[in-house]
Amino acid sequence: MNVLVDVGYLIATVSFLGGLKFMSSPKSARLGNSVAAIGMILAVLCTFIALKTQTVPTTNIIVIAVAIVLGTVIGKLMADKVEMTAMPQLISLFNGAGGGCAVLLGVVEAKQQGIGDPNIGMQLLLLLGLVTGAVAASGSAIAYGKLAGKTKDNKGAAVVFGSRILLGLILLLPLLYFVGLLPISFESTAYALAIIALVYGVVFVLPIGGADMPVVISLLNSITGIATALAGFVYGNKAMISGGIFVGAAGILLTLLMCKAMNRSLIKVLAGKFKKTKASADTEVQNIKEITVSETAMQLSFASKIAIIPGYGLAVAQAQHLCGQLQQLLAKRETQVDFIIHPVAGRMPGHMNVLLAEANIDYEHLKEMDEVNSDMAHYDTVLIIGANDVVNPAAENNPDSPIFGMPIVKAYQSKQVVVMKRGMSKGYAGVSNDLFGMDNCSLLFGDAKDSLQNIINQLKLI
Amino acid sequence: MEFIHNNLEIIYFVIFCVFIGIEVIANVPAILHTPLMSGANAISGIIMVGAVIMISQVPPTNYVTLALGGIAVFFGALNISGGFFVTGRMLKMFNTKK
Repeated sequence: MNVLVDVGYLIATVSFLGGLKFMSSPKSARLGNSVAAIGMILAVLCTFIALKTQTVPTTNIIVIAVAIVLGTVIGKLMADKVEMTAMPQLISLFNGAGGGCAVLLGVVEAKQQGIGDPNIGMQLLLLLGLVTGAVAASGSAIAYGKLAGKTKDNKGAAVVFGSRILLGLILLLPLLYFVGLLPISFESTAYALAIIALVYGVVFVLPIGGADMPVVISLLNSITGIATALAGFVYGNKAMISGGIFVGAAGILLTLLMCKAMNRSLIKVLAGKFKKTKASADTEVQNIKEITVSETAMQLSFASKIAIIPGYGLAVAQAQHLCGQLQQLLAKRETQVDFIIHPVAGRMPGHMNVLLAEANIDYEHLKEMDEVNSDMAHYDTVLIIGANDVVNPAAENNPDSPIFGMPIVKAYQSKQVVVMKRGMSKGYAGVSNDLFGMDNCSLLFGDAKDSLQNIINQLKLI
Repeated sequence: MEFIHNNLEIIYFVIFCVFIGIEVIANVPAILHTPLMSGANAISGIIMVGAVIMISQVPPTNYVTLALGGIAVFFGALNISGGFFVTGRMLKMFNTKK
């Protein structure tokens, strides 16, 4: 309709693509974010230019303007205030907002569609967009609750059974409507679907455990992207379609990557299930060695190559800054300190990297598991902070273990291992860790933050 | 069939987008997974454009629909602004070192 608008949307699409491309290197990632943001602003401006050709009532313009200003300001405030440890929650929340937008869009649009000439293709796309948006919205809300520690896991049979029934309904309802067996209007069908899909989102995320959150967050992210692309179809807006698809692709890619890093299929993660453990394995008594703070500090001071393996416990203890201090302190003594990060450490993809970056640790020192695993024997001391399952050798040598087959950081191959733990509780998978009983492993009990602080104080004296 | 025929151009467009999207994102290193996710999340906020278009077609006396649309735009704007700002904040941390 308007050349300027078309060109604008085209540039926006290219900028999304370029922005994501720049995200593939830490050096250009910031530029990438800005490029994508500028593309977004351009797309919104184009929408307004397109609206100018029609006569839009003043009231509507005011509603739009107020909503945009409010959303932008609140979004900025939330982004500025958030603690880096709370990042997974916030991203879920924003994702939920996107999903919420998709649901409302679908609901209102269904009302408009119901009036005119029925176009079955469009109606189907609309319903699909509505359902995906609703699942993403309520699913993200529950994920937010879980990550913020407000919602508990619920693996009850009722929840699992209910989710299957709801999924069936979501598939059946549109089918019945389009075949003509459902004596209700398109509008009512859409409302019913929206409600069912919202409930489904809740029961879909409820049974999934904390350590599986990286998978769920990426999946929900991808679902929002798909909802956006579907909405783009309904409006014939290519910027929306491409943007949505890129997000969908990114989400799916991350989801599969996370599943691979846990050696579990997506289906199993979503079912919230682990293989049944053989009870006998748990009754074995482990000979564990305790170590004191000063002994740990002594070990660190003699080592020339140290690795730190962080896990979710690091985020809980908010100990990332102390890790940074420890690294700087040891770097002054010309000790090499590497951080080895398992792909699923934490509660979202890349969680540990963000925390350690916050603590001013150069990304050169952040190693991926595969990079260093063949080289583990060269580390004099490995410090494990708040990680458990990702260093459990049972994943390699005990076929009965529920985590058997999961790629792990081979910490046990290093010369000395010190595990910082609160107590003898088990990891997420509920299995005892064979590492703790090994000859080269000692345990340092206590809060990670306090222990690290004490180690730093001691090291300064040595 | 008729639907596919009428929307052939867009269907081609979708297929290309899927492959280009996967190709571009496949190379992102693990250390940037979180910013990638939140950046992508912000991009999905483009759904706000749809909400704006929708509101512009609603009669101004239909308060309920208008309110729902307003909330939709608000959610979209929140997704966009929050997403990009928080990604920017994270990436700044990755960049401030030597």
